[in-house]
Amino acid sequence: MSKINASEPQTMFDKIWQQHVVTGEPGEPQLMYVDLHLVHEVTSPQAFEGLRATHRRVRRPDKTFATMDHNVPTEDVFNVKDVIARKQMQTLQKNAAEFGVSLASVGQAEQGIIHVIGPQLGLTQPGKIIVCGDSHTSTHGAFGAIAFGIGTSEVEHVFATQTIWQQKPKTMGIHIHGQLQPGVGAKDVIMVLIGQHGFSGFTGYAIEFYGDVVENFSMAERMTLCNMVIEGGAKMGQVRPDQTTFAYLAGRKYAPKDMATAIQYWSQFYTDDPTAYDEVIDFDVSDLAPYVTWGTNPGMAIPIDRTFPEPKDVNDQKAYDYVGLKPGDSPLNIPIGFAFFGSCTNGRLEDLRKAAHVLKGQHVAPGLTALVVPGSMAIKRAAEKEGLDQIFKSAGCDWRMPGCSACLGMNPDRVPAGVHSASTSNRNFEGRQGAGSITHLASPEMVAAAAIHGHFVDIRKEAIING
Amino acid sequence: MDKFTIFTGKPAVIYRNDIDTDQIIPKQFLKNILRTGYGQSLFYDWRYQSDGRPNPAFILNQPAYQDAQILIAGTNFGSGSSREHAAWALMDFGFRVVIAESFGPIFYNNATKNGLLPIKLTKAEVKSLSQATDQDRITVDLTNLTVQFREQTFHFTFEPMYRYKFLNGLDDIDLTLAHADEIDQFEQQLPDFGAAAPGVPVKSTLHS
Repeated sequence: MSKINASEPQTMFDKIWQQHVVTGEPGEPQLMYVDLHLVHEVTSPQAFEGLRATHRRVRRPDKTFATMDHNVPTEDVFNVKDVIARKQMQTLQKNAAEFGVSLASVGQAEQGIIHVIGPQLGLTQPGKIIVCGDSHTSTHGAFGAIAFGIGTSEVEHVFATQTIWQQKPKTMGIHIHGQLQPGVGAKDVIMVLIGQHGFSGFTGYAIEFYGDVVENFSMAERMTLCNMVIEGGAKMGQVRPDQTTFAYLAGRKYAPKDMATAIQYWSQFYTDDPTAYDEVIDFDVSDLAPYVTWGTNPGMAIPIDRTFPEPKDVNDQKAYDYVGLKPGDSPLNIPIGFAFFGSCTNGRLEDLRKAAHVLKGQHVAPGLTALVVPGSMAIKRAAEKEGLDQIFKSAGCDWRMPGCSACLGMNPDRVPAGVHSASTSNRNFEGRQGAGSITHLASPEMVAAAAIHGHFVDIRKEAIING
Repeated sequence: MDKFTIFTGKPAVIYRNDIDTDQIIPKQFLKNILRTGYGQSLFYDWRYQSDGRPNPAFILNQPAYQDAQILIAGTNFGSGSSREHAAWALMDFGFRVVIAESFGPIFYNNATKNGLLPIKLTKAEVKSLSQATDQDRITVDLTNLTVQFREQTFHFTFEPMYRYKFLNGLDDIDLTLAHADEIDQFEQQLPDFGAAAPGVPVKSTLHS
């Protein structure tokens, strides 16, 4: 690849973009090369069907990887009762074999949520363009990649050409600095950004997070941060690759064998100067409290120590009508009947450790259902090795097999109608976790504490965190 | 995609405004694994009664319109959800052309990706077309950009890139493959640092 010579300061995004233009002029849609195409069972069948109808093949199976996650039943992954779901899963098995695509199928050692296993297998790497027929593809930007979700026709296009037509988005730098209080983390940081800037506050932007807080974040925390940018309308989120990134990737199945050369190459991806961004936001997190959502989109969020706001428009009023809460109520009083630990936002080993730390020696509130769904088979094995499953089980939680699960309830894991769910997932839309379900998004520690008490608490005041 | 030059077909008139993609194909039909098979669910809530039986009053249930291929509608056709299934459902029923006063932008784009020709005409022209019956035939000439109905000829515009695709029967992938040499060249200089790559041997020889 050519070295970058630029007189003007460039963003990391600019540098990666520039290296991937196959053809096309700036200001117009450009044909971009795709280094990694991730695939799951829901948005791929029509794309494979299209290839078959036109006698095309997958151009680069060596840059394509598939798994099953959305429909997987987490109690018994081999017992798919939903006929349509089973058909979708069988179709992916058939398609992967026919087109030469690697598939981590249900029950297999590498299976898991696509945005969890991409990084885990070392497929996700700095400087790559990564696409997937799923909006939470933004997760992979945590490694200093350009990563975004695409539609079904585009999935077919990438299969056939390994490229995608894209108009370059505007860039935004979010400078995150200060000292996070104990019990406050990456989930709270991204939730407050969306809460303050709104459900569509970042529409169309390619965001880069930088500053000492981000530098000190682990890869799991960076992934949580980038995962949820889509909930603020952003096209994608990124973090500059550094020693933390390189150390995470070293030794993984599809990571470079020649790490020294790879690290030298990856190290060229950084933003020269914040003036290169189209827009910059400065964010001091020192006073940040844990956040929870009260309404029906992730922008409807407040700090745990505040009360629900007055409705400012008809959307807010509709949200209050749906969730059955009132302005002026405290999130501390929401009666929690369901707790969900998992998803591409918070289904990683570190997230499970944080929840287990709070739940250890405790028990969930009477009548409360708690599901723990590891993000991948590898995470499940690692968690069991360190005994996390025993902590969850002793606390009265259900320990499940990996998948998207109750984040969107495409499989049988659903929150009953009218029940308030404390959830480590990413969307609190009407009916998202099941018809009539009421979702409150929060961090793994906050959800764990809510499960114990049957209502939210300020995790900063809990002995397990501040003691 | 099939080539589209001159096409003559039977019209079906649903002369309403703001026909959104939820009305074209409701969400319960989105779990399918194919692009085909949606035709029987097209306009589901209008087409079927609550007991599931066809609503005999709806135009697409009438025997004379089973082979309709040109849909006539009002303003803002295909607004709302981005579901590509809306274009798939219209095509699966047999439609090749939708003529309307205006279109939802995402639907318009999806239609062009799938070979369904969306034609914008003026209010007066669409009003005239709304008189069409099953005895009429409408001719769409994409070479000359005209719509012929009874004694009238209407002119329309169509984005040159899209028109090229339709006239030559090319889809987006075909267009991109015109840049195949550039893609090949680009791939020559990709770094890999000795990484293992995914992929499994292809069992079928159909696509190699």
